[in-house]
Amino acid sequence: MSAVIEIRNLRKAFRGHLGIGSHVAVDDLTLSVAPGEIFGLLGPNGAGKTTTLKMLLALVKPDSGTVELFGRSPRDVEARKRLGFLPENPYFYDYLTAVEFLDLYGRLHHLGAAERKRRIDAAIERVGLTGRERTPLRKFSKGMVQRVGLAQAIQHDPELVILDEPMSGLDPVGRREVRDLILALKAQGKTIFFSSHILQDAEMICDRVAILFKGKLRAIGRLDDLASPTAKWVEVTVRGPVPDGVPGTRRVNPDGTTLLTVTGFDALAPVVSAVTAAGGTIAGVWPRRESLEDLFLREIGRAKTEERAS
Amino acid sequence: MTAIAAVALNTFREAIRDRVLYLLLAVALVVVAGSRFVAMLTVGSETKIVKDLGLAAVSIFGLLIAVFIGVSLVSKEIERRTVYTLLAQPVARWQFVAGKYAGLLLVLAANVLVVGGSVLAAVGLLGESPWGLVPAMALIFVELGVVAAFAILFSSFTNPILAAVGTFAVYVAGHLSWSFDLLKKRVTTGAGRQLCDILHAVLPNLDRLDLKADAVHGAAIPAGTFAAAAVYGLCYAAAVVVLACIVFERREFA
Repeated sequence: MSAVIEIRNLRKAFRGHLGIGSHVAVDDLTLSVAPGEIFGLLGPNGAGKTTTLKMLLALVKPDSGTVELFGRSPRDVEARKRLGFLPENPYFYDYLTAVEFLDLYGRLHHLGAAERKRRIDAAIERVGLTGRERTPLRKFSKGMVQRVGLAQAIQHDPELVILDEPMSGLDPVGRREVRDLILALKAQGKTIFFSSHILQDAEMICDRVAILFKGKLRAIGRLDDLASPTAKWVEVTVRGPVPDGVPGTRRVNPDGTTLLTVTGFDALAPVVSAVTAAGGTIAGVWPRRESLEDLFLREIGRAKTEERAS
Repeated sequence: MTAIAAVALNTFREAIRDRVLYLLLAVALVVVAGSRFVAMLTVGSETKIVKDLGLAAVSIFGLLIAVFIGVSLVSKEIERRTVYTLLAQPVARWQFVAGKYAGLLLVLAANVLVVGGSVLAAVGLLGESPWGLVPAMALIFVELGVVAAFAILFSSFTNPILAAVGTFAVYVAGHLSWSFDLLKKRVTTGAGRQLCDILHAVLPNLDRLDLKADAVHGAAIPAGTFAAAAVYGLCYAAAVVVLACIVFERREFA
């Protein structure tokens, strides 16, 4: 099947104040997103994530390169019929109630009155805003605005859902609900493309991720391929004395226990026997694999080193 | 069409939920009601004063609404980033601008109906037939349509303050466009004369849409004059809205 999102050699620079200087926001970005994927666009603030999303929605014109949604230009109304979008820190017409707001967007998707009502009810329930239908949006908390924004993005049953920082500003319960919603959309066969700097959330749900730093693509692929799937090191917590000859780095915890980091399971056995021989006890053993955060920090560290070298 | 109507309805809804509109309407109605008292203080025709002040109220308060709501129509959506989600829908950019303009026209029509209706009632209560004022009011609405088109044009590329200044400037210059002809006769150099010609041609001739004096004095307005003025104003407004669409089409929302 052909890609839902196809980005080729995308570049965008913004001119500085009064046209002096320029700042490259996205630099030679190429990626494609297949149907049914959850794709995470990750990067620190200012990496070019939002600019990329804006080019996907034709809000910003690329300097060069191409963007295609369902094989069409994002300026094509037909392409936009098939997507739903939630911007970062959304702000909606605050003089409308939740139902009026969703009704407006339903009209823009040419849905009939009965169809709009049915879908609005379903979307309101899905994002957990039942009972707040008649509340003006100006009285909504940040989390509730995010929810109504999500309802707006999914009510017309789009094939592609684009979310800009959908977890930011939400409490842990809200983040969990958004994650569950994204997974439920995937189960329905939707494609989800979202940007985030909250790596744990991305790690839990993404099929594939791309890491962007200063506009450049630093890494792209399945999480398991990018970060090693097997344990890279083992952390051991020791209660009691730790003999001097034990390998690995050590750190004394506030509660008096010692945290030993050893290179792998092979190195574990000598550590355990040395500790028990010295009268200590093993309080815990944790195998650690490289997390998305480690990968992320490593890639960004590498990017910075390259930058300094050049 | 659905998209334009949806945006227009939302724009209308925003305006009628804004207290500023009611404040302006209330002041306009006070002026119309108060015109009877002003009329008592004057010698001569009472109804002339009521008509004069009444038509002025329809025009001036309509102008204030067109400018103050119009200048922020597009820029507010950009500033508050509501435009991002809206343009992510299957809505063409020109449909967004056209919808915003149509919504503002609805607000202006409501204003003309309410304030104008009360003027007609006030004149009727004085025992005079008020219907001669209707063509003048219709052209006031057309004039407001032209002003609103400029407001939305300026709003599509600049901030509300500059847009308000620009719109008022066009309004004033539009009522003084005859003066460019006069000025041309006094200017001797070629460039100056050309500038006068250009300004005279480009700026709207809003005086053409002003039949207030004729209406107040009860002069019959020829149907041809009325129709020509209305067509002129409508075409002018349409051209400005098209220009606003072109400007907005090229905008980026960084």
